Amino acid sequence: MWRYLLPVGLFAALVAFFFIGIDRDKETLPSPLIGKPAPQFELTAVHDPDKKVASSTYAGKPYVLNVWATWCVACRQEHKTLLEIASRKEVPIVGLDWKDDRALAQQWLQQLGNPYAETAFDDEGRVAIDWGVYGAPETFLIGADGKVLFKHIAPMTMEVWEREFLPRINGPVADKRAVTGARTE
Amino acid sequence: MKRWVAVFLLAGWMQLAGAIDTGPAFADPAQQDRYERIIHDLRCVQCRGQSIADSNVGLAADLRRQVRELMAAGKSDVEIMQYMRDRYGDYVLYNPPLNSSTWLLWAAPLILVGAGAVVAVIVIRRKSKLPEDGDAGEDHGVPAASDTGAP
Repeated sequence: MWRYLLPVGLFAALVAFFFIGIDRDKETLPSPLIGKPAPQFELTAVHDPDKKVASSTYAGKPYVLNVWATWCVACRQEHKTLLEIASRKEVPIVGLDWKDDRALAQQWLQQLGNPYAETAFDDEGRVAIDWGVYGAPETFLIGADGKVLFKHIAPMTMEVWEREFLPRINGPVADKRAVTGARTE
Repeated sequence: MKRWVAVFLLAGWMQLAGAIDTGPAFADPAQQDRYERIIHDLRCVQCRGQSIADSNVGLAADLRRQVRELMAAGKSDVEIMQYMRDRYGDYVLYNPPLNSSTWLLWAAPLILVGAGAVVAVIVIRRKSKLPEDGDAGEDHGVPAASDTGAP
């Protein structure tokens, strides 16, 4: 009898595995930085190669780091949301312009508006590597204690902002899922 | 003709392989080997199915540059892999470490071989029990009476 039930059982197990897998987000990689001290950086400003943008400026207060680039289509998509978040003045947004052209980036901010307190120019992508960036846009939340609280890998939306970022800015929450996202590229 | 097609295809492949890593070769062949091994063991997190040796996206090029710099700084293989893990997580390694989320991946071959062995033992035992009447000769359970036709 078991000889006939065994294949059926194996098949059922396979179906169960696939069923679990179907809902799983395989695009979003968990960030090993969550809960760890945020990487420090000092780069030139997009607007002025002689000016520095440093993470130390934001020590002691929560801030958001948004990785973007002019070649990134989804960044254009999320730009309006960033402008809206910036207008609420809840927390400063620092831009990290990743592997980009300085002139194009300046033009982008002039045309679409500038949601950033400051924008660091990472043309060599070195700071992005320290942050484990593997695409754009990516948005990090850094707490007052200097630790990375959250990472969102996809265009920012008001829903994500209110559900994931705001509660963490206002106080610590139990992190069941500290990375969200669904990249469509 | 076939040989020439093969040569032609191979030549094309070589050119492709050469075009991805545009950095200069190492002066020391041993260092070159080491570099090749490391970049083949690191996954391109942007392009998933490829190692950073095989991918020509910007991030893979940046990570290859990073590996070169870490090697130049005298870092060991373990330190370089740890550097990548600290930033991109275990996923970046093509050879994932054994931990709570990967134990099944590592144990699966053993489990399957074990299950196969159990099934094999059961089948062999059962088959060897079937004809109890055979003699101890080379004929495997074939009754001696039917042996006459054998060459």
